[in-house]
Amino acid sequence: MKISDIKTLLDAEVVCGEENLGHDVYSACGSDMMSDVLAYVKDQAVLLTGLVNSQVIRTAEMMDMVCIVFVRSKKPTPEMIELAKESGLVLMNTEKRMYEACGLLYKSGLVGNGVRHE
Amino acid sequence: MRPAVCFIKADSSETGSDMSDSVKFRFDVDGSNFTTAGQASVQVKKNLRELGIPAEAIRRVSIAMYEGEINMVIHAHGGVAEVEVFEDKIVIVLSDTGPGIPNIELAMKEGYSTAPDNIRSLGFGAGMGLPNMKRYTDGMKIDTELGKGTTITMVVNF
Repeated sequence: MKISDIKTLLDAEVVCGEENLGHDVYSACGSDMMSDVLAYVKDQAVLLTGLVNSQVIRTAEMMDMVCIVFVRSKKPTPEMIELAKESGLVLMNTEKRMYEACGLLYKSGLVGNGVRHE
Repeated sequence: MRPAVCFIKADSSETGSDMSDSVKFRFDVDGSNFTTAGQASVQVKKNLRELGIPAEAIRRVSIAMYEGEINMVIHAHGGVAEVEVFEDKIVIVLSDTGPGIPNIELAMKEGYSTAPDNIRSLGFGAGMGLPNMKRYTDGMKIDTELGKGTTITMVVNF
């Protein structure tokens, strides 16, 4: 699906990166623990999280992700938005909670495969 | 505050390597602010892209170095990160003058962490740092001395 489909499915508000909404994405992950994202995630393009600090942006950048969705109406700080713009990341937020947001995307075909292989 | 960056063209006599040439980056990692942790890794990623290093190697170096940088800020009040790019490998050296690692075997166990609770609330401190650094690199060496500091050397081949 395209990033714009995520916006529609989650009734999300785009914070920055509007110009990249046409990018295709094939998998996603949801976590508030960046340590786990760095350890277990592989090739996921979208991160759903309720954590709000600059390390969320850096973690996504390190993992070559292209979109971060903040759940539970969490809003990124101006500093985070600036970092995201530098990296071309799409940031959006949704009122939906983590479980529901992940479920809606999964049901629509955005799977969670690509978990690290030992 | 941006990390100090300098580009050094090193020859084989300086590096002790049998490679003909290498490019070296050096960063001071500010340990006073968790918010800025990771700046050096972001910059290294950009530099490696400019050098045309294969994407998978860049990804592995970035993640391993980012974990190391976070560790330096959490446990050692910062330090120095040096990245040297050779023809077929990248060597990352992270040095700090922190408290040292009392038990390396324990520290290498997934899930073991001595990070304070406030770090966990920021999304880190799950005890995955060192194991992750080892996982993403082709070689890792830890030199540590209690009360003196720690130097971690990692190699990524490409």
